[in-house]
Amino acid sequence: MDLNRKLAILADAAKYDASCASSGTDKRDSADGRGLGSTEGMGICHSYAPDGRCISLLKVLLTNHCQYDCLYCVNRASSNVPRARFRVEEVVQLTLDFYRRNCIEGLFLSSGIVKSPDYTMEQVVEVARQLREVHGFRGYIHLKTIPDASADLLERAGRYADRLSINIELPSEQGLRALAPEKDGQAIRRSMGRLRSGIEAAREPAVQPIRVLPGARPRPARPPRFAPAGQSTQMIVGADGSDDRSILATSAALYRGYRMRRVYYSAFSPIPDAAQALPLKPPPLLREHRLYQADWLMRFYGYAHEELALDGQGLLRLDVDPKLAWALAHPARFPVDLNSAPRELMLRVPGLGPGMVERLLQARQVRRLRLEDLRRARLNLSKLLPFVLLDGHRPTSSGPGAPAAQLPPRQGELFA
Amino acid sequence: MPQTIHLDGPTDIAGFKHAARRLLVQGVPPEALIWSCEDEGTLWGTDSELDASAAAEAPQPPASLVRVPPAFVALCERVLLHREPRRFALMYRLLWRLTHEPRLRGDPLDPDWRLAEGMARAVDRDIHKMRAFVRFTPVWEGEEGGQPGGLPGEVPGEVPRHIAWFEPQHHIVEANADFFRRRFAQMRWAILTPERCVEWDGRALQFRPGARREEAPAPDAGAALWLTYYQHIFNPARLKLAQMRKEMPQRYWHNLPEARLIAPLSQAATARSQGMVAAEPTAPRPYKPMQRGRGEGAAAG
Repeated sequence: MDLNRKLAILADAAKYDASCASSGTDKRDSADGRGLGSTEGMGICHSYAPDGRCISLLKVLLTNHCQYDCLYCVNRASSNVPRARFRVEEVVQLTLDFYRRNCIEGLFLSSGIVKSPDYTMEQVVEVARQLREVHGFRGYIHLKTIPDASADLLERAGRYADRLSINIELPSEQGLRALAPEKDGQAIRRSMGRLRSGIEAAREPAVQPIRVLPGARPRPARPPRFAPAGQSTQMIVGADGSDDRSILATSAALYRGYRMRRVYYSAFSPIPDAAQALPLKPPPLLREHRLYQADWLMRFYGYAHEELALDGQGLLRLDVDPKLAWALAHPARFPVDLNSAPRELMLRVPGLGPGMVERLLQARQVRRLRLEDLRRARLNLSKLLPFVLLDGHRPTSSGPGAPAAQLPPRQGELFA
Repeated sequence: MPQTIHLDGPTDIAGFKHAARRLLVQGVPPEALIWSCEDEGTLWGTDSELDASAAAEAPQPPASLVRVPPAFVALCERVLLHREPRRFALMYRLLWRLTHEPRLRGDPLDPDWRLAEGMARAVDRDIHKMRAFVRFTPVWEGEEGGQPGGLPGEVPGEVPRHIAWFEPQHHIVEANADFFRRRFAQMRWAILTPERCVEWDGRALQFRPGARREEAPAPDAGAALWLTYYQHIFNPARLKLAQMRKEMPQRYWHNLPEARLIAPLSQAATARSQGMVAAEPTAPRPYKPMQRGRGEGAAAG
């Protein structure tokens, strides 16, 4: 099979992995005269596909042969999709070629499970090793990790990769048992725990200095490098019956318990050759979008997951964004006086982001804030004004300036 | 009678700093100045012209007389790369006001400050998009067609030159060159733009005047692999063209080879995903279930 055809099959197989970040790792470059590539801390999206997603990495499977039969996966063992397998050298050369053209920041490599998890993991790690040690590649590498791979393989993966990830797949144990019976929820969490230990150990400065030679000054031992960009994971939304309450609770636990950098929510997409047990409907894209918005509120705006407003079915409202939903559900906290409110409360105002809140707090130290300031700051005033109080403005309790006016008009049917 | 300050080109930040410092100490208000650089011309005829470089030779006022917050200097270095001809006047006006209105330093909502920050952000965005969308095409001096096993067009044993054509919105080529040097230090590369070109030969960055699009190489055989990848990584069940256009504005499309796939992919997408929903599930392929706990690296826990 020629390279072009393999790439077509194995990129197709990888598209359901939402992760695309190329940021958050240590800064390095090739100016010392060796190697190829650099990382700057901030990721770069070299292209965008019509699904709105950024293309930052070469995202492929090493092979889409797989022994598991997870019902939601296009590559499951009982599926009839065409199969292919890259040689290790082929992935290495593709990565280097695309990188030299400045089409990518690096590689995202996953694989179906063949022969055994350790055998598969060994091949995946070998691609990363050749890139780093044979070709001096200094760009970004993200490796998918297989749960319960041996400790030695995990340590080597962390040495070569910037980020590692294991998909939690489903928010509940029952969901996982029903849709991916060969996957072991406990093994997944155990491996996430191991990744967390490796990542944190690598960040700590050494406690005990080590003497190198008698009489030499002690040098602190550098901990071995391990995935400086941390770990991330992915949950599928809409394949099982989990509501948003359990999804968000799981996310909060993942961020807290495993120090995840990111949790990705992937709307279950109809896949070619679908299993008979799965719902065949359009992916719940709006629901996925609301989950990302709720995730942002938890990470950057200080909301606890229990605070987020849910409807009677434990789902986020689709008609308004979660921040507005919270504001509408807590009228007693508003209007917020922008000249005196603390930061935590300012972050709850619809239409104010963390950057603008900082600017307002800074400007407040030299003078009072006026309506004029908000006008000039290019904010969405119709979103913001019903909830704030400042010189020159006070919101009304009814009519177009009132909070209740923020609700969109009732629609006959809400589409995803 | 307004004074005209001549700068040495659209990115003569050093010249601006020298002149601004001197004028500030002399107490020349912003309204009394016209700023001009070679490529952009002036509004009025020249009266008492003052060459910025001649001004640099004049003795500089002591640094203690002119105290400027470091945030302003950093802002200058970004704003002055913007293509807006009135950028020098704006930055001098801000400098003047910072010196005469001490409370301006703590007020990030001031209109002049917001304008300058907006321009700086536009320059940052342009710099970032240039790092994202510059696409190199490898050019081999030797024979066409490589050995089997290599990528299409590759000539083994030879180091190609990587050449790109790009059209930045602002005057950012010199400011951005070092990023490419650090990333591609062992490659030989050149970026051609209408205003300015930069080349790296492995030892030093060289800058030259602008080029024409025809001087850049046509896509090579290897570019087809990138198009294959682009086509297949896209999920047809999710179409979000507005989001895509926001991050990859249409003005960049004619220099991005994959852009011509966007229309056909989008048009086919709805049909493809509806087809997946409507299709009958196929008969499962028979397979041998994996035995768990045998021959795996399962840890004790």
